[in-house]
Amino acid sequence: PRVCVVGSGPAGFYTAQHILKHHGGALVDIYEKLPVPFGLVRFGVAPDHPEVKNVTNTFTQTARSGRCGFYGNVTVGRDVTVPELQQAYHAVVLSYGAEDNRVLGIPGENLPGVYSARAFVGWYNGLPENQDLKPDLSCETALILGHGNVALDIARILLSPLQLLRKTDITDSSLAALACSKVKRVWLVGRRGPLQVAFTIKELREMINLPGARAVLDPADFKGLESAVKDASRPRKRLTELMIKTALEKPVEMQAAAAGAAAPREWGLKFQRSPQEVLPSADGRRARGVRMALTRLEGSGDSAKAIPTGDVEELECGLVLSSIGYRSLPLDPAVPFDSQRGVIPNSSGRVEGVPGLYCSGWVKRGPTGVIITTMNDSFDTAQSLLEDLQGGVLDISPSREGFGLVESILHSRGVRPVSFSDWEKIDAAEVARGKAAGKPREKIVDPAEMLRIIGH
Amino acid sequence: MAAPMAAASGGSVTRRLLRGVSRSLSSGGAPAEEPEAAVVNVVFVDREGRQVPVRGRVGDNVLHLAQRHGLELEGACEASLACSTCHVYISEPHLARLPAPDEREEDLLDQAPLLQENSRLGCQLRLSPALEGARIALPRLTRNFYVDGHVPKPH
Repeated sequence: PRVCVVGSGPAGFYTAQHILKHHGGALVDIYEKLPVPFGLVRFGVAPDHPEVKNVTNTFTQTARSGRCGFYGNVTVGRDVTVPELQQAYHAVVLSYGAEDNRVLGIPGENLPGVYSARAFVGWYNGLPENQDLKPDLSCETALILGHGNVALDIARILLSPLQLLRKTDITDSSLAALACSKVKRVWLVGRRGPLQVAFTIKELREMINLPGARAVLDPADFKGLESAVKDASRPRKRLTELMIKTALEKPVEMQAAAAGAAAPREWGLKFQRSPQEVLPSADGRRARGVRMALTRLEGSGDSAKAIPTGDVEELECGLVLSSIGYRSLPLDPAVPFDSQRGVIPNSSGRVEGVPGLYCSGWVKRGPTGVIITTMNDSFDTAQSLLEDLQGGVLDISPSREGFGLVESILHSRGVRPVSFSDWEKIDAAEVARGKAAGKPREKIVDPAEMLRIIGH
Repeated sequence: MAAPMAAASGGSVTRRLLRGVSRSLSSGGAPAEEPEAAVVNVVFVDREGRQVPVRGRVGDNVLHLAQRHGLELEGACEASLACSTCHVYISEPHLARLPAPDEREEDLLDQAPLLQENSRLGCQLRLSPALEGARIALPRLTRNFYVDGHVPKPH
């Protein structure tokens, strides 16, 4: 059986891996719109988290295995349609993730100085479409709206000592911008309370321990929470206890070395504040602050809702990052899409109403979770597909030509795919360039340059 | 080099080789033969509940041992304490004999679906005589996992 996977991030690769492992005759082709693979592992995981990126080694093994093909620089939905893929393959798995972000929907959201977290992360991680972001880092105070791990990542990148960032795979141009950054204070603002934060303890601890920066948590925000989490789940309990401990601790004496430098940078958490408007500067040309509605909580735990109380507060800042969630987009008219939830309607990865079509990863479940969540989810979809193969639900009697058919379609549209060994040439070039600067790699951020390197 | 990496603990082979080298350097002669480490018998339980008896050796990394014997245990971050894909359950009497998890492992266990009292990260465990007869089970991911498991809800 010939299987096609759309998207070469963790969802795509783990789904492919599981199918190949459990079906000795399956052939799996992975399509990717960029010339380079790995999706958010390359473009989302923070530069100072290189260990998380080790997963690409197992993906590389999968891609190099005989029954797996990789075709980069192919945009499904434009260069080849999903119905065309369904003609070429016995099964098609959509694992293309979430390329967009949720919007605040408030006045002033489009003022200079306001960016989506997704674009900012794409910027420092070398995602081609975000290279022209040119974020304005000339203000002292940044506000990040959202209490997830992406918000913490951004806070950490904004406040990390340059000598640490310099040795990572953060792009050269964003490093240069951060070197000139005036940002010394970052607030992470959320609509709900400490018991609803979405970030996780490892990342919070990292922020608390960030050299040269001190945590500013208001003990009043945590009153009574110690007993409230006594019977909570272990992760919630440990996370809350860490926040409480940090809020109650006296600021640690800065190391002598760091004390010589400028005043320490600081970061803090603000709760129960919902953004109402991004306020413009006097000349109206940029953001100067955010007016927020103070909220109260109705209900408790994960399902607590934030209700405005009527009181408002203004927070001064020159940089606003909206980190309220990624969002998937519909790919092709032939694929059902639930725009409310931003996912492809499915049952255990089987796309509803379209036999032979499957989905895995964020486009299946929604854009939350870390690598293990996506891994388990991909195995779940792969299991559905394997069951359907075994049970005859997927009919493999018609012969399908796989890439043989797609190749001629792409050729007729002037599209030249990038192979996995092509990517390995780009990879080698990046590593070689990085070596000179003491970095694991210097990412190439221009797709045209990538294609030049491989002679396309 | 890159930002501070968590100490990798997947280096049992490296460590044995290094011990061999230093021994041969100090004895000034041909490399000494290192006596084979003692056998430790454990039973892995795969995701379908099947028992897989394995003959390991003292010092074997539990994640790598499982992988060598074909168990479906992933180690996405390659034993660098940056994921929880090698999550396993250790039988109770043996669990108590293991060195307690450090804070970094505890933090990652918080992220593991189907967390239990006897959960550990396989990449952080090495076989020792104290683990003789241990049952090491892989979490059973039911097909309705996303109904049972913890899924953060948008609000």
